[in-house]
Amino acid sequence: MTGVLAPPPAPPSGGPGAAPGGKENRRAVPAWVWVLPPVAALGFAFLYPLVLVVVESFTAPDGSGFTLEVYAETASSEAFRRALVTTVLLAVGATAGCLLLGFFLSLVVAFVPFPGARFAGRFINVFLAFPSFLITLSLVFVYGTAGLANGLWTGATGAPEGPFDFLTTPWGVLLALITYFTPFVMRPLLAAFSQTETAQIEAAASLGARPLRIIGRVILPDALPALAAGGSLVLVLCMNEFGIILFTGAKDVVTLPMLVYTTAMLKSDYTAACAVAVVNIALSCALYGLYRLVLARTSAGRGGDRAGA
Amino acid sequence: MLVHSRGARAALHAVFFALFLPVFALPFAVVLAASFAGNWSGALPSSWTLDNYSAAVSGDSLQALNTSLVTAAVASAAALIAGTWAALAAQRLGRRARTAVDAVFMLPVAVPSVVVGLALLVAFSAPPLLLNGTRWIVMLAHAVLVTAFAYQSLTAALARLDPAYEQAAAGLGGRPGYVLWKVKLPLLLPSLGAAAGLCFALSMGELSATMMLYPPDWLPLPVRIFASTDRGALYTGAALAVLLMAATLAALVLLSRVRSRAEQR
Repeated sequence: MTGVLAPPPAPPSGGPGAAPGGKENRRAVPAWVWVLPPVAALGFAFLYPLVLVVVESFTAPDGSGFTLEVYAETASSEAFRRALVTTVLLAVGATAGCLLLGFFLSLVVAFVPFPGARFAGRFINVFLAFPSFLITLSLVFVYGTAGLANGLWTGATGAPEGPFDFLTTPWGVLLALITYFTPFVMRPLLAAFSQTETAQIEAAASLGARPLRIIGRVILPDALPALAAGGSLVLVLCMNEFGIILFTGAKDVVTLPMLVYTTAMLKSDYTAACAVAVVNIALSCALYGLYRLVLARTSAGRGGDRAGA
Repeated sequence: MLVHSRGARAALHAVFFALFLPVFALPFAVVLAASFAGNWSGALPSSWTLDNYSAAVSGDSLQALNTSLVTAAVASAAALIAGTWAALAAQRLGRRARTAVDAVFMLPVAVPSVVVGLALLVAFSAPPLLLNGTRWIVMLAHAVLVTAFAYQSLTAALARLDPAYEQAAAGLGGRPGYVLWKVKLPLLLPSLGAAAGLCFALSMGELSATMMLYPPDWLPLPVRIFASTDRGALYTGAALAVLLMAATLAALVLLSRVRSRAEQR
């Protein structure tokens, strides 16, 4: 690490045409100018299209003027209402599942370690890099009509069909969501646990506290910000998830992103799709704002010492 | 050590593996097994074959892999340039302005990818800029979706960077451009490698926005996998998925070697 600064710095007025220091400062471009090119690029590729979606959703079907007609139609449609309820229920359920499972698994990895526990922690990071739809695909082979679980059952009992047939129901989607998003909870939790003072746990244990009490009184309060941050991130990501639901092929599990897709691509009704999209954006952005707020609190309370370093 | 009794510890570990293995390890094992399966009616595939792979590397599917690799490379490069630039520029701003730039660059994470796809479709389906139906709209979507992650990684890396190096170089008379090129970017190289890996992996697996945008002649691998499984060719889909994972992992390993070499310097 000592050789990091390999290139010797140029002598003060070495370069050809180097201006004296004072003049250079006056010519310096203000900081905000430098931020313009990337913001402009993002504005062109993302913000401008997003604005067009909002505008389109307020346009009358005959293309004239401002109207709320599309929203009224959307709000009164049964499909939209069901999609909204499904989305929220699935996201909340999956988040609760991820928090429970993630908390337990992280707890074991961090405080009741076993040989290979660190490898398990590493493995979780790799997991995050893979696309979500692989989970649905693998669940088909595990719980599908001709999969592992049903194969085991029919092999053991001789029954013609296995009992597992839930993949195209909301429960199948829920299982896939929990499987895929639990690592997103575990990563911040493991980071938080690695900073928990083990001396506190030892002290509590030597004073006679039982493990459950230690978890409740020492570990949980410390991990609460990480749980909140991980949970709210997973909530947003679950609301936005599309690949998992597309791959299940379930006709009766329609979430908002799925509704946007079917309305735009299969019915070619862009205006209605835009209205659903605007609702989806509003929901997701509100939740994401909440996540950033929680995160800012967390790093303010926790990372204070690091910021000073 | 939270639990001291050996028996309780063993029980806890048993529960851990009973949850961890089915949830995290089984998916990969099962997809891998299915990719070699000729037929699967029992607990394990009843016959093994390499046919799925010969289908997976035949013309169209290989083309899809190539499409994904090119898309991911272009999108990651664009995202890294935009993200690094924005992170470097935002660092010099005041707190308010930096929060605003943060919010704008993290917005693509909050907005559902499907909606990003729809937005690009609405914006670029008509002149003056007709991108719909070309491969460029797919690359643009991927770039938009992964830029947030590049920006986030680089911002975190910049916050960890010791300002002393930069100050020393500037104090010795290095001009800003020189300091950036010769001091700051080399110090950031490991983080750039990590960010590139993440962007590449995410773009390789992107399905939501791609489903809205892909033209017939630019079909990325995830779309191909969906098409396979949707028409019931599950084992071919599994072989393609293994191909996708292998390509993603290879890219990640390659980039992490760049990273470790940069760290050694």
